[in-house]
Amino acid sequence: MSVDILFKIAAIGIIVSILNLVLKHSGREEQAMLTTLIGLVIVLMIVAKELNNLFNAVKTMFNF
Amino acid sequence: MDIIQITGLAVIAIALINVIKPQRPELGIMLSIITGIIIFMFVASKITIVVSYINNFAEKANVNTVHLSLLLKIIGISYIAEFASEICKDAGESAIASKVELAAKVIIVAMSMPIVGSLLDLIVRIMP
Repeated sequence: MSVDILFKIAAIGIIVSILNLVLKHSGREEQAMLTTLIGLVIVLMIVAKELNNLFNAVKTMFNF
Repeated sequence: MDIIQITGLAVIAIALINVIKPQRPELGIMLSIITGIIIFMFVASKITIVVSYINNFAEKANVNTVHLSLLLKIIGISYIAEFASEICKDAGESAIASKVELAAKVIIVAMSMPIVGSLLDLIVRIMP
């Protein structure tokens, strides 16, 4: 288990907010919305994988 | 010296979450979930050691292994439910958090019913 996932998600968050700002200022509201959504989906996939790891660890640890 | 690593990790996570949260609150929650998972994985190996010791002692004391494994399962269920309900509370959904806790309690009671039944059987057998 490594810490770089934390930095990865933080970087995705910062990039998404910058993209959101730029797109909003250039008057493309719907594309800004789509960037937000896609950033959330990417992060959600990473988090889902890690949650699966956590559940497997708990299952093996407490012999479910 | 794991605690120093965990403290550093927590400080870094707080800094990142405080940067991200005003712009993207949904990603801030994801960051806190990931931080919780990483910290659990740090101590997971130690919990395994403790569980194996408990299993050893139970074997020496001739405790029924069914009861012990049920106890460990209950610990696992309550840990996962706690994790979920804390996340829900962080996200501001305390209603869902209390429902998760209720569900965990119901599942634990349902799992431990056979042991209660065997205890009652024992009491009935002892009584004349």
